[in-house]
Amino acid sequence: MRRYRKPAAIAALTLFGAFLLIAPQLFKPYGVFILSTWVVMSIAAVGLNLTLGYAGQVSLAQAAFVGIGSYITAWLTTHGWPFWPTYFFAFFACFAVGWLLGYPALRVQHHYLAFVTLAFNTLVYLVFRNEEWLTNGIYGIMNVPRPSVLGWSMNHPHNLYYFLLAHLVFISVMTWLLIQSPWGRAFVAVRENPIRALSLGIDTRRYTLMAFAIGAGLGGIAGSLYAPLVQFIDPTPFALTLSLNLLLMVVVGGSGYFFGPFLGAIVAVLLPEWLRFAQGFYLMAYAVLVVGLMVFCPTGLLGLLDRIFSTRTTPPGQPEAAALAAAGPASEMAR
Amino acid sequence: MKTVMEVRNIKKQFGGIVAVDDVSFDVREGEILGIIGPNGSGKSTLFNCILGQLQPTAGDVHLEGRKVTGLRPCDLNKLGVSRTFQLLQVFPQLTVRENLVLAGQEHQGTMLTRLFGPRDAGLSGAADKMIDFFRLGHLTDEKASGLSYGQQKLLDAAMAFMAGPRLVLLDEPAGGVNLTMLQSLRDRLKAMNTEEGATFVVIEHNMEFVMALCTRILVLAEGKLIAEGDPATVRQNPKVIEAYLGH
Amino acid sequence: MADFVQLFISGLATGGIYALTAVGFTLLWQTSQTINFAQGEFVMLPAFFVLIAMGYFGMPFWLALAVAMIVTVIALGVAFKKVIIDPMITHGVLPIVIATIGISIFMKEAVREFYGADAWPFPPLAAATNITIFGAGIAVQSLLVLAISVAAVVLLQIFLSTTRTGRAMQATAQNPYVARLLGVRVERMILYTFMINAALVMIASLLITPIYLAKFTNGELLGLYAFIAAIIGGFNQMRGAIAGGLILGVIDNFTAAYISTQYRLVVPLFFLIVIILFRPQGLLGRVEERTV
Repeated sequence: MRRYRKPAAIAALTLFGAFLLIAPQLFKPYGVFILSTWVVMSIAAVGLNLTLGYAGQVSLAQAAFVGIGSYITAWLTTHGWPFWPTYFFAFFACFAVGWLLGYPALRVQHHYLAFVTLAFNTLVYLVFRNEEWLTNGIYGIMNVPRPSVLGWSMNHPHNLYYFLLAHLVFISVMTWLLIQSPWGRAFVAVRENPIRALSLGIDTRRYTLMAFAIGAGLGGIAGSLYAPLVQFIDPTPFALTLSLNLLLMVVVGGSGYFFGPFLGAIVAVLLPEWLRFAQGFYLMAYAVLVVGLMVFCPTGLLGLLDRIFSTRTTPPGQPEAAALAAAGPASEMAR
Repeated sequence: MKTVMEVRNIKKQFGGIVAVDDVSFDVREGEILGIIGPNGSGKSTLFNCILGQLQPTAGDVHLEGRKVTGLRPCDLNKLGVSRTFQLLQVFPQLTVRENLVLAGQEHQGTMLTRLFGPRDAGLSGAADKMIDFFRLGHLTDEKASGLSYGQQKLLDAAMAFMAGPRLVLLDEPAGGVNLTMLQSLRDRLKAMNTEEGATFVVIEHNMEFVMALCTRILVLAEGKLIAEGDPATVRQNPKVIEAYLGH
Repeated sequence: MADFVQLFISGLATGGIYALTAVGFTLLWQTSQTINFAQGEFVMLPAFFVLIAMGYFGMPFWLALAVAMIVTVIALGVAFKKVIIDPMITHGVLPIVIATIGISIFMKEAVREFYGADAWPFPPLAAATNITIFGAGIAVQSLLVLAISVAAVVLLQIFLSTTRTGRAMQATAQNPYVARLLGVRVERMILYTFMINAALVMIASLLITPIYLAKFTNGELLGLYAFIAAIIGGFNQMRGAIAGGLILGVIDNFTAAYISTQYRLVVPLFFLIVIILFRPQGLLGRVEERTV
């Protein structure tokens, strides 16, 4: 099957790309809205994949960054600011917050970042909910305007969709370039074997901090795009649940694979919609499917495909598995 | 002769166990220093203390006069000290060349140039040279996981040299390597020493390897330094024989 | 003063419940690197087993308790380990995290769908009387809860340090590889920890449900508190989980009484962040050797 790997990948990508381009013609307005939500969530998931899949850090704060980005754009644009400055502001603000949060948190054992980010997300949510003077609290910010680009108004859902899609493509390309650069190589080294990486001069702390901060910034961008999409920003979407959902997206899609987050976002955004017919049971069905997925292919969907299409036996995001496989029982002592 | 590294009174205690007990020695420029001793004598712990993997309970390490005790391994590496590990640690998913580029990239430029600069950080040439030196040319674009154990060992050693280090610490480089590869490894290490003037410290169990390669030998037993000297002398030291043959 | 004592005691009581939950959580992490995101729901569910046994099968309370305990240990202990955890254990922590998130969602929704979204009363283990200590009216309930949690934990500690099986489990928690070399049946020990966790959550459920009523959302906050308690106390030490739970219970009670209820969660979270940044091994934990 290894020979078919590249052509299969290219075919799948082309088909998917074509589908994305003509999708608005095929769907009703609600369908286009869901698709647009998928686009925005994918951007947030790409950010988390960078932090988690490439640099190996578990972050449960991505929803907080999406929220910060959303509130920044919502607040500023409803106060007369044009969209673009808020977009960049959201990125840099979230990058900075991510850096500030990560700097002390990453100095300790890496699994503690998960707990610190969990606390951070909950705290940010509480601030969103309680500080009415800043965020309007539970009443939220209404009537977030949609931007117009080069004279094209984004009020029409199709226009907005293509606008968001263009962002997704841009972000994806930028992320790809990052991963291909020496930074990307360092990320992989830090994830796979931080001790070895250190001995080669790779400053693991600095690189993981960068991965975390960039991932946070991308979350901010996703938030900034989310605001004009839903046009109403309140605290509810940015609770811990979204962070868990984004984590789910990255792992289910395949942590550390470039297209993992897109696939994962499809599962997390579209699957509940398709299951709506099950009414009250849809969330249960979703949960069962997710658990089943993890039990049968813990390396995610792309991990499963990877195994089918190549001779690679250990997927990228599973350093422990790789070490165990390579070094046999002796490595358990090193654990 | 210049002293590259001074290790003074290193002690490492884990709870009630003293793994390394007041060990001191110098590393002279251009030498190949071997450290031997029975299992559990504290050799790897000593290395880890010197290299920043562990914090020594007491003692100091100086690199050419500069105090480096407890520095993080990456900072020590940037000062010119490299190491290999007992357990083979190459990156299985990267190719041979990529492994070498990775090993060298942090010694070039800055974070910014690494972000915006060329993919290989300008190291393809240096990597190729290293590949030739270690005679891995036919494997340049193979994923490291596809190499034999001995070849991976060579790659591991090559990675340690990519940064042009002043001092290389090798932790059981001969472990698990078959006889032919062993010749090759010893030969390449000797060449590195004579041609590039690299200074080595080698922990090893393989007596033959050590005696043939090293210019000076230290013997550790139960965390203490019990003998020091050239290979022939050390071999005949009664304390050393006793340590190996047991009590 | 009376208020203070009352808050303190009832804080300890809730803290005891947090401690039970946190201890189970820590045990699972130590022996099998399992982070159980569904731990809160694990505490929520057994109460419903009891209600079903009493309501649909007409059993008396004590019989229902026994049946529910058996069902809990099998479902949330044995089945959980063999069906969910075992297939994923070699793939690191994350798939287990995701799967347990899924399980928590499933358990919540199943209760909501099949039993109902209301809050049902649950029989307490003691009558709702008060006794007076230092001029403060202390609910007998609180004292009983505290006593039972402490007893449970003490029994567990005794089991772990004096019996052979218990010591084998401790060995597994500290170093599974060496334990295996010493002849400890590691797999079986891990199974036991899962079963013990199930028993602990069952007890916690019995203690907390009379207070908060049986509701499908009970698990959410409890899970978070168990997490925080385990970390504040020291993630690699059982004693830490106990201390963390008790401290958290008291802090939470005082925060709710003296500071705003809106930001009630902030204080524990603040502690969490402070502890992680300045004393990452927790209040009672062992320092992990620096590896980076």
